[in-house]
Amino acid sequence: MSATAFSPPGAGAGSGPMVLAEALRKSFGRIEVLRGIDLEVARREVVCIIGPSGSGKSTLLRCINHLEKINAGRLSVDGELVGYREQGGRLHELREREISAKRAEIGMVFQQFNLFPHMTVLENVIEAPTRVQKISKHEAVALAEQLLDQTGMRDKAAAYPKQLSGGQQQRVAIARALAMKPKLMLFDEPTSALDPELVGDVLAVMRDLATTGMTMVVVTHEMGFAREVGDNLIFMDDGLVVETGPPRQVLANPAHERTREFLSKVL
Amino acid sequence: MTTPTAGQTAAQAGPPEEIKAVPVRHPGRWLAAVVVLVLAAMLVHTLLTNPRFEWNVVWSYFLSRRVLAGLGVTLLLTVVCMAIGIVLGVILAVMRLSDNPLLSGSSWLYIWFFRGTPVLVQLLVWFNLAFLYPKISFGVPFGPSWLTANANSLITPLIAAILGLGLNEGAYMAEIVRAGILSVDYGQSEAAQALGMTRAMTLRRIILPQAMRVIIPPTGNETISMLKTSSLASVITVTELLYAVQLIYSVNFKTIPLLIVASIWYLIATSVLTAGQYYVERYFARGSSRELPPTPRQRIWRYLTTFHAPPPTPPLAAVGRERL
Repeated sequence: MSATAFSPPGAGAGSGPMVLAEALRKSFGRIEVLRGIDLEVARREVVCIIGPSGSGKSTLLRCINHLEKINAGRLSVDGELVGYREQGGRLHELREREISAKRAEIGMVFQQFNLFPHMTVLENVIEAPTRVQKISKHEAVALAEQLLDQTGMRDKAAAYPKQLSGGQQQRVAIARALAMKPKLMLFDEPTSALDPELVGDVLAVMRDLATTGMTMVVVTHEMGFAREVGDNLIFMDDGLVVETGPPRQVLANPAHERTREFLSKVL
Repeated sequence: MTTPTAGQTAAQAGPPEEIKAVPVRHPGRWLAAVVVLVLAAMLVHTLLTNPRFEWNVVWSYFLSRRVLAGLGVTLLLTVVCMAIGIVLGVILAVMRLSDNPLLSGSSWLYIWFFRGTPVLVQLLVWFNLAFLYPKISFGVPFGPSWLTANANSLITPLIAAILGLGLNEGAYMAEIVRAGILSVDYGQSEAAQALGMTRAMTLRRIILPQAMRVIIPPTGNETISMLKTSSLASVITVTELLYAVQLIYSVNFKTIPLLIVASIWYLIATSVLTAGQYYVERYFARGSSRELPPTPRQRIWRYLTTFHAPPPTPPLAAVGRERL
């Protein structure tokens, strides 16, 4: 895993934060899940989000690539609004094709892996590059092989997802997301569905990715990962950001009572 | 067998002594076997001895040109109507699942209407369309028409049968396809969309291939059912298999032998379709289990090339241990 196929374009591409959320609100029916979130993720930064279940962590993550539509506030990725275009002082909804194009620049890794079960590992990884970015199959395979090398899954390229362990599936899912050369990676509890002994392999791949300078937002329960790899830690509860800070500080010396209470239960 | 020398010791000790016990008797099975055998013997007896079956007539017409032509029309109707049904079914299912209430509503209405009326009635209506629209014209709606045709010459009995059976099948296929689409985990769409795939691309590349596993078995049923339902077209004078033999026996009065001819051909055709369905199912099962089951051909081959009955496949873990 020394030579990385992947060099994030984030470095010189633009200025300003990669993700910026201001007073973000999101409700499902009458239940308000996000109640005014402010968030800033700088380029090349790894931000970990922790918090009890139901606190809105996953929803926040899903808003960032527009899998969920926000109800109020402003949310932008790489300086561009998510899901809307601002024109003449008014917001215009983006077309499906435009939304898809934006999503293609953001990688997402799910708790349940969501690999395509009818495709082999290699086919999973080359599907989006060949269909969405329309690069040649030859090129896509070369890139996929590099990425599978990087995630330690090269020898399983011909296997179907069902033939792999959870940890292996998740590493393929990461390779699949990286194959789109995203400028931002979102991880939604990537290790929560894994057997404890498989968690380490996935975290190792994520740690490697962080060292390449990838901008990452990670919803996780792995406090060790958050402490070692995270540049910033966010504690969310009940749809609000309760506390933000360097992971070591927040974990060792939380400023808020609610944070302290949560950490005492999970640490 | 946990020590490194386990293999050795096991070999020296030999296999443990097999249990010898008095097996449980099954008098009920013997009784049932006798009853079934007697009934089977009676059936064979009557088939062979009742002269009114007229087997010589059956075989003399079995490969006759008119019967084979009828079989050809039956197969044509089955293939064409199923093709229409499947294409229409996919379109209707996607419309039904659409967010657009106009699309989902009209799909619902279509399914309601075509499932709600007997297919025989639909066939008769198409056949008699000329009473409703003596002339059919193509052109701008409510405007000028470019091409006008006589309904009677445009809607031949065969076209009426294809329309009636195909459009009716579309309603049933729509529900089958919809069930298939709904059976695919929602996470699959999300993953595809997160990769930047559009909804149409997600449906075609990710959802439908996985839905096929659920769609194929009932579609096989529908195809077999269509093969037999196509005999209804005999009512509107399409010379498919049934009408072909009816035309023959209306002249020579060999009713039963000719109906047997038709029945044997229907059985052969459905058997071929059943075998085909097995292989199509197998193809779309890839990735759904760790290992595909052997095909019947592979199973027979394995049986022939093994000198004893193949032992039941041991679980993978056991195989690994045996090799120690």
